[in-house]
Amino acid sequence: MRIQQHPILTFKRGRQVEFTFEGKKMKGYEGEPIAAALHANGIKILRYSPNLHRPRGFYCAIGNCSSCLMTVNGEPNVRVCIEKLKEGMEIIRQKGKGDLSEKA
Amino acid sequence: MKKPEIAVIGGGPAGLSAAIAASELGARVTLIDRNSRLGGQLVKQTHMFFGSEKQYASIRGIDIAAILEETMNNYDVEVMLDATVLGYYQEDGVITIEQNDKYIKLKPQRTIVATGASEKVLAFPNNDLPGIYGAGAVQTLMNQYGVIPGNDVLMVGAGNIGLIVSYQLRQAGVNVKAIIDAAPRIGGYLVHASKVRRLGIPIYTSTTVKEAVGDQTLEKVVLWKLDESWNPIEGTEWEVDVDVMCISVGLSPLAELLWQAGCEMKYIPELGGHVPLRDELTLETTVKGLYVAGDVAGVEEASSAMVEGRLAGLSAAKSLGYDKDGIYEALKKDCLKQLNDLRSGPVGEKIRQGLKKLAG
Repeated sequence: MRIQQHPILTFKRGRQVEFTFEGKKMKGYEGEPIAAALHANGIKILRYSPNLHRPRGFYCAIGNCSSCLMTVNGEPNVRVCIEKLKEGMEIIRQKGKGDLSEKA
Repeated sequence: MKKPEIAVIGGGPAGLSAAIAASELGARVTLIDRNSRLGGQLVKQTHMFFGSEKQYASIRGIDIAAILEETMNNYDVEVMLDATVLGYYQEDGVITIEQNDKYIKLKPQRTIVATGASEKVLAFPNNDLPGIYGAGAVQTLMNQYGVIPGNDVLMVGAGNIGLIVSYQLRQAGVNVKAIIDAAPRIGGYLVHASKVRRLGIPIYTSTTVKEAVGDQTLEKVVLWKLDESWNPIEGTEWEVDVDVMCISVGLSPLAELLWQAGCEMKYIPELGGHVPLRDELTLETTVKGLYVAGDVAGVEEASSAMVEGRLAGLSAAKSLGYDKDGIYEALKKDCLKQLNDLRSGPVGEKIRQGLKKLAG
């Protein structure tokens, strides 16, 4: 959910763009972190862990911890807490370790 | 390969202050930051700062970031944004950087590391469930990007960050059900604790997390009380229904570059973990020409980070022979006095102890 009114802050958002998450169309703002756009769309599970396949979300939100790795436009291991959203991005939950050789 | 006089790694309160101070003395500075904007974690701090006028007391963190950046823009600092420093090569002092998928090498004459700190995690069953976030992470999501983390929050940790973020969650319209802390006393400043208490948020001390519960995301948290020896007391469990849990149990220095550089490090719990030995008067580490400032030198506050940044910037410039009108000594003394003032009294006790251990 997005904050509509805040006592101190006003949010400068980019233009609204469409992207897909697991093939489903969603809307977000250009330039915001992918994780923020997903969260605003109610998506908290970003990937599944390699061994026990446990759901994972983000943890640090500033690119330190690698909890939020997703596959973006075919590229695995993208830290979506700091990667900026762009029009038409195809974002999917990463399952296990990413494999760069799978990138087309 | 470019050879700047001084490279500052990290554009938060310490790094910006270092760049400004070194420029004041006349040195040429390159400032490198991995983010798209400067300010580090100041950009999400909506609360007003303490300290004295020199550390921008009574000004909100977000505005301090803007002031520092404007001040720096009075000088000819080369700023590299979206640039991540990947390595420090101790053989020749070369630093490597990734920027826009390009690999860049720099060989600065002096390097100031001001990389900050990262949030610690807490061990309990299911601590990896989505919905369990660092308190600072929630602050970023909420204050920088205007997205709330969920509906009902449990805050773990009653230090300053836990208290401040709880208050900010309420400002954003999110329900904070409780703040807990394993310690028998509230760790943060009384003024912050009073603020959240006035909002009706209960603070439970001697309390910790037994486990998190949830199928795919967080649904509830089981808490229990701790005895005087910090052991959990069976039978005291109770549950809180929340979809968000914020972990605010301290920070640890982001010291990877210092390890790579071969700095002599020491484990000091009071300073957040492994920190570099340094000359207290100049902030130079055991690696010649490599300086530290801010949380990476020991987790403290943005106020002291700014003063340390100034001190490191002045020292690095002075070591290159810059000392405009012989003002270095006076400026250095002023920094040392400010640090001393910030670390005085009961609030600074932990830091004083940590620094004593580090020096001893």
